[in-house]
Amino acid sequence: MRHSTGAERSDPPAIAFDDVRKSFGGRTALDGLTLSVGAGETVALIGPSGCGKTTALKLVNRLLDADGGAVRVLGRDVRSEDVIALRRRLGYVIQEGGLFPHWSVEENVAAVPRLLGWKEPDRRRRADELLAMVGLAPDEFRARRPRELSGGQRQRVGVARALAADPPVVLMDEPFGALDPIARGALQREFLDWKRRLGKAVLLVTHDLREAFRLADRIAVMDRGRVRQIGTRAELERSPADAFVKDFVEQGTA
Amino acid sequence: MTGFWESLWQRRAEIVALTGQHVVLVLVSTALAVAIGLPLGIALTRRPRLAKPVLAAASVIQTVPSLALFGFLIPLPLLGGIGARTAVTALVVYALLPILRNTYAGITSVDPATVEAATGLGMTRGERLRLVELPLALPVVLAGVRIAAVVSVGLAAIAAAIGAGGLGVLIYRGIATVDNRLILAGALPAALLALAVDGALGWLERRESSWRTT
Repeated sequence: MRHSTGAERSDPPAIAFDDVRKSFGGRTALDGLTLSVGAGETVALIGPSGCGKTTALKLVNRLLDADGGAVRVLGRDVRSEDVIALRRRLGYVIQEGGLFPHWSVEENVAAVPRLLGWKEPDRRRRADELLAMVGLAPDEFRARRPRELSGGQRQRVGVARALAADPPVVLMDEPFGALDPIARGALQREFLDWKRRLGKAVLLVTHDLREAFRLADRIAVMDRGRVRQIGTRAELERSPADAFVKDFVEQGTA
Repeated sequence: MTGFWESLWQRRAEIVALTGQHVVLVLVSTALAVAIGLPLGIALTRRPRLAKPVLAAASVIQTVPSLALFGFLIPLPLLGGIGARTAVTALVVYALLPILRNTYAGITSVDPATVEAATGLGMTRGERLRLVELPLALPVVLAGVRIAAVVSVGLAAIAAAIGAGGLGVLIYRGIATVDNRLILAGALPAALLALAVDGALGWLERRESSWRTT
């Protein structure tokens, strides 16, 4: 799958934060964040609001720029390459889909392929393929507008759009946060299925610990711009690093 | 009243010719106002600090009575003088504000989450403007164009005072000769023209905002 030049050289992580600092005016959002997401791994960022999790995500696709430290995608500093090319190589799923209301479902899904200059028939084929994958019958849905979809359907289109250009790394910002419990449960199950099939590295921001436990291989519990603890569900439950993590895990699963 | 319709019929050739002049005045000035106001409105959204003073200045200009503005323009070289050119200048000045203001308002009122999605997916500023911001702002922009065009139909009638032609010619002649039938011969077609412009641009506006409801 991945090409390695030698046993001594390991692949760089999909995403790496290295002592990243960011503040807005006088308020510190990230205070030395260090974290990495391995190839094919899903890492969830979780914590109370204002803990810096969304800021961290937006530093990856440079909707924000760090004040200090480095953010790397597949080993390359995000500030060393063209920001437009970087964003087109990253999948981006936004809360409530963030769809373009004046475009059809098909046009929304094919947005990045269009920016990349794919030909129309290729875009159509790709959109159909992805709609089918996220459980929306192409014939029924491709011509609809976002207004004509339920929240869960919009979110599926948002996922399809993020995956359209087959990005190796996907960023998800509260992807299922606005959905009712039934739709959320269905999308979470399917997320795990897409993950297994596509093997993408995913950085997921959520405020829902159950969702993080369900979807992520590792969970980073954040507080005031730092990672308090990163680990699997079992690690967080069995050996919380401090009282904050312990409380957070107990309250989140109560 | 039969006398009135008869007099209208007798003047039909003149009315048609003057209506034609009127339409040309409105079309040319509205098109110029769009050509100036649209890019300027877009530029203001990129420089928000300039937006307030520029929009305020445009509002102040609009408070100048139109007859006075025609008067001010007459001595100016290039833009002024006697005739249609001065009228077009004045009409552009009045049409500019609604187009400028609505372009600015239309673009700034696009949902910030949509704009951020466009940026996050990797659109350049130009692509974002062309593919997302302008199409979403279009109904509001068109509403501004509609207001500008309808106002221009009315103002163009005053332009006859400086020899620009149009349906105002009949109105002024009617006032001078105290002939209501003549005033109506100019006012009635002008009113119908305003309604037609309003209806046509209103239709376009609804068509371009179909994504909101369907």
